[in-house]
Amino acid sequence: MSDHHHKETFVTKYIFSQDHKMISKQFLVTGMFMGIIAVMMSMLFRLQLAWPDTSFTIVEAFLGPHQTDGIMNPDIYLALVTIHGTIMVFFVLTAGLSGTFSNLLIPLQIGARDMASGFLNMVSYWLFFLSSIIMVISLFVEAGPASAGWTVYPPLSALPQAIPGSGTGMTLWLVSMAIFIASSLIGALNYIVTVLNLRTKGMKMTRLPLTIWAFFVTAIIGVVSFPVLLSAALLLVFDRSFGTSFYLSDIFMSGEVLHYQGGSPVLYEHLFWFLGHPEVYIVLLPALGITSEIISTNSRKPIFGYRAMIGSIMAIAFLSTIVWGHHMFVSGMNPFLGSVFTFTTLLIAIPSAVKAFNYVTTLWKGNLQLNPAMLFSIGLVSTFVTGGLTGLVLGDSALDINIHDTYFVVAHFHLVMGVSAIFGMYAGIYHWFPKMYGRMMNKTLGYWHFWITIICAYGVFWPMHFIGLAGLPRRYYTNTNFPMFDDLADINVVITIFALVGGIAQIFFIANFFISMYRGEKATKNPWKSNTLEWTTPVEHVHGNWPGKLPEVHRWAYDYSKRVDSNDDDSDYLHGQDFVLQTTPLLDGEEPS
Amino acid sequence: MLALFYIFIGVAIGVSVWQITRIMNFRSSIANDKDNAAQGKYAIGFLAFLYAMMIYCLIFMNVIMLPESASFEGEHDDNLFNITFWLIGIVQFIMQFLIFYFTFKYKGKEGQKAKFYADSHKLEFIWTVTPAIVLVGLIGYGLWQWNNVMDLSDAEDPIVIEVYSQQFRWDARYAGADNTLGLGNVNFIKGINTMGVDMSDKNAADDKQVTELYLPKGRKIHFKFRSQDVLHSAYMPHFRAQMNCVPGMVTEFGFTPKYTTEEMRNNSEVIKKTIGINKIRRAKGEDPYVFDYLLLCNKICGASHYNMQMKITVVEQDEYDKWLSEQPTLTEVIK
Repeated sequence: MSDHHHKETFVTKYIFSQDHKMISKQFLVTGMFMGIIAVMMSMLFRLQLAWPDTSFTIVEAFLGPHQTDGIMNPDIYLALVTIHGTIMVFFVLTAGLSGTFSNLLIPLQIGARDMASGFLNMVSYWLFFLSSIIMVISLFVEAGPASAGWTVYPPLSALPQAIPGSGTGMTLWLVSMAIFIASSLIGALNYIVTVLNLRTKGMKMTRLPLTIWAFFVTAIIGVVSFPVLLSAALLLVFDRSFGTSFYLSDIFMSGEVLHYQGGSPVLYEHLFWFLGHPEVYIVLLPALGITSEIISTNSRKPIFGYRAMIGSIMAIAFLSTIVWGHHMFVSGMNPFLGSVFTFTTLLIAIPSAVKAFNYVTTLWKGNLQLNPAMLFSIGLVSTFVTGGLTGLVLGDSALDINIHDTYFVVAHFHLVMGVSAIFGMYAGIYHWFPKMYGRMMNKTLGYWHFWITIICAYGVFWPMHFIGLAGLPRRYYTNTNFPMFDDLADINVVITIFALVGGIAQIFFIANFFISMYRGEKATKNPWKSNTLEWTTPVEHVHGNWPGKLPEVHRWAYDYSKRVDSNDDDSDYLHGQDFVLQTTPLLDGEEPS
Repeated sequence: MLALFYIFIGVAIGVSVWQITRIMNFRSSIANDKDNAAQGKYAIGFLAFLYAMMIYCLIFMNVIMLPESASFEGEHDDNLFNITFWLIGIVQFIMQFLIFYFTFKYKGKEGQKAKFYADSHKLEFIWTVTPAIVLVGLIGYGLWQWNNVMDLSDAEDPIVIEVYSQQFRWDARYAGADNTLGLGNVNFIKGINTMGVDMSDKNAADDKQVTELYLPKGRKIHFKFRSQDVLHSAYMPHFRAQMNCVPGMVTEFGFTPKYTTEEMRNNSEVIKKTIGINKIRRAKGEDPYVFDYLLLCNKICGASHYNMQMKITVVEQDEYDKWLSEQPTLTEVIK
């Protein structure tokens, strides 16, 4: 790292790069590619749900052997929802979001020349790349990809006799996930070490931007919980390939009794959700961190309740590891456990509410610069509130009984972690694009992108709550076998139209992203007039981030609109402008905020 | 219809591409006061859209929702649900208003100064404690109801019924005169003994295997669930009842039916919903729908997961007794 003059070849600069800025771009583009696949899948199964009897050429073209006369087969429907979930949760919202922004921002915002280990960082990306490739390959195996739902509960996922996707497709899924977890862990360890050790002079933990706090805590959650998923996956591999019985017992299938004895699928559910629930926060916290930063910058106000925000991040992180059982209220586990998990689950509402209120208070009496990044952040707060509130229904075990695994759940988690996290990711991209590519994204396209996306997101997921309350189970290939659901058909059509429009509207973003990369307006050093350290680096990337000495930090990240007289809103800005870089020393007699 | 659909998609993509190339020629990146003013207005427009949609769904989708609970235990579920829903509904309306109204009200303007407001322990205290207090209430009621539903130990004279799942069908077994189920295991599955009942167990002799559930009104039913292959979930939405069926273990759930099927068909909510459904079915030339209680599979279990159902009929006690006496015992069927 100290050697600034070594020769860069094409391969070391663009492919096997150890520079965190390049690695973050690699994560982003790979994540976007996977995201496009997953969104297209969702559009295919939305077609099926709206018009189950209609033949579609597009289905014929994409699904080849898995359709008859343009109507998809039930097996491939389940495969589509499975892979859509897997890719979205892990490849887009974990690697694509955390991988991109942790990598880009941790060194830049704490004032480090690079990650603690550039080599491991590179390994982390290439393992992610490999796992993505394997996941994509699994789509093309003869019997179809994994189709037991993204949670891949055994025995369905363990026995190819139960569903064809549980053959080679499932094997590849497990291999891909194992590699993915390795990638995640290496990345997370690197983030933790970097934040703890490489902060520049003056960058106390209590001066870190909330982005870094969020990434840091996210990495800790990942290190705590991802290994458990790895062991769950390994035991599943053993059951599938080596005849063990960790999850299987007393199974009669295809006319014979299988040899498995003494295992329990409930064990798998515990192990899976021990990661699975923290995973929700692994996805969400970085988005919330990004939003905190963007809302504060664009409101030209300090984030309200900085310490309370850190406190809630930590409280959410802690609670997230002891609530997994709320996914299992009706799994057959002891009802007393259900009581405990109800209690811990509803507690999470408190730090979440604090965060939401703090965002709204930050908007209050601001001078809001409504850039696309800001709009997406505001959108995140909106969907986070909408989705979070229905969590109070689902987290209450007594109420969960009747809406468990219905579309109410689908609507809830898509709003609270899917749409919210994606909004956070979009906000981050619009905001830090100039830092990544030295150019700006087009705002007009950004506005189109935002408004169409948020309208469609609500158009899809708000009515979906109600078909859930009508008792419609999720993961049904079609509802036509139940006359009691006939009156939901029209709503499904409306939802699908919103989904298609929302999906197609992402073209605005993709086009904006790639065209701006080459033709966008040249960025200035600090386009958003922000306080944090990344905006003190030159626009053109240099190895080691700062050409000369590392910057020294003298204040927290949120001295926006600081006044001469802190009690008088009409008094002049203390530093002559409405932002103060973290590198600006305190004036004589200035109180640190 | 389909051609129209493809044309729609084609036009959408075409317009997008055209707009994108047009817009990309304007090289503007950072919001100015004009943008702030416009986006602020759109925020209010969006708030109006959101309110309209929320209210529309809340009012007009009432009819498609499940009717009132058909079990006594479920009454409190409905009650708790209503309390929770009102509460989150109010918070939702207020919060969304604040978010988008603030976006409009405080949109950036030349000369406008943001308030430097970093902290208020009083405010933060209020919005930590208020949710906490509200949650204590919700958790308290919720846990009381949860114990109420899940505790089957003190039920007086329950009827024991086994619900048995396999890809992709449901069967049921009544415990017979002794009200005790004979043991079952997949190793006993053979020929007509499809549920794998251990016929050497003396409790099994009077068990009755059926393909449809008949339940008497007003009696506590104690369900025991088994699965012979993969996870299934026995979902009986009208009774606010659900439990997974797990291979290798027996799971349990219980409720007391409150209305017979006949009574439920005359329930005003059900009548309304049925009229709506039948309007749609008539337009498609399908047979009219008549309300029945159903048991659905609600855990992904394979290709025909979407069509794994069993009819439940709730009748008066005497009718139930008559129906049950007509069913043959396992001894009669198997031996």
